[in-house]
Amino acid sequence: MDSRNFTYMFYGFAAAWLILALYVLSLAARERRLRRELDSVKRMIEDRETRKQV
Amino acid sequence: MRTKILAVLCLASGLWLARNLYVIFLTMGDEAAQGAIYRIIYFHVPSWITCFTAFFVAGVSSVLYLVRKNSRFDTLAVATVEAGVVFTIVGLVTGSIWGRIIWGIWWTWDPRLTWALITCVIYSGYLMLRHAIDDPTARAKNSAVLCIFSFTSVIITYKAIDWWRTQHPGPVLSFRTGGGNIDPAMEHMLFQNLGALLLLCAAIVVVRMRQEDMQREVEALRRYAHAL
Repeated sequence: MDSRNFTYMFYGFAAAWLILALYVLSLAARERRLRRELDSVKRMIEDRETRKQV
Repeated sequence: MRTKILAVLCLASGLWLARNLYVIFLTMGDEAAQGAIYRIIYFHVPSWITCFTAFFVAGVSSVLYLVRKNSRFDTLAVATVEAGVVFTIVGLVTGSIWGRIIWGIWWTWDPRLTWALITCVIYSGYLMLRHAIDDPTARAKNSAVLCIFSFTSVIITYKAIDWWRTQHPGPVLSFRTGGGNIDPAMEHMLFQNLGALLLLCAAIVVVRMRQEDMQREVEALRRYAHAL
């Protein structure tokens, strides 16, 4: 019981940290994707505005 | 300004969590009946209080959105709901692992557990609903209404251990029982970890709000680009 008790305590803490770490990684990935999207939309607008002026 | 707040929140929560882990594993003794496994309480209970707090903030900001029609409240609502769902999952998983040792089972359809799962599903539904509606105003309005009604599930989950006495233990914290159900040192440590998790949750909310602002900017610029 005692060794199993300790093992499951480790599982509990590991699971909590893993869930939080995975979420933080997904946040970082979303941030990168949004920045890329923002840059590409800004470039697209600049291109269209330049073409309109020409 | 927001970057500075975020850095302070991340640093403070990281240091506080590290200090708490040191105390939980190296200073606190085992519990007499449960042994080492009881330490899961330091993550399980604070995770639930954190998600309930997040859902409460989301409910209040949803009401404020419907009253004032300010998109900042919608941004705060979605950020807190998403953070709340993450802490709900942490609460469910840590509780299940704890139950495997103490009850001999991973899961049972006890009212508290069932309502906790329902709360997780409802708020996950809120996040899915937002993806399903394209118009920003309709999305904010519909999800605000859903968020307000969803909070009833949080109240039922919170009160389930008072209303139905089944598998899940009853309240142990002093503010609910008047004291005597938990060792004061353990309760103090539990609140220490709650503070650290609340700070972590606040950091996540700040990041999510910034991302939601970026998403809005992308959508607005796309509309402008199509109009060109």
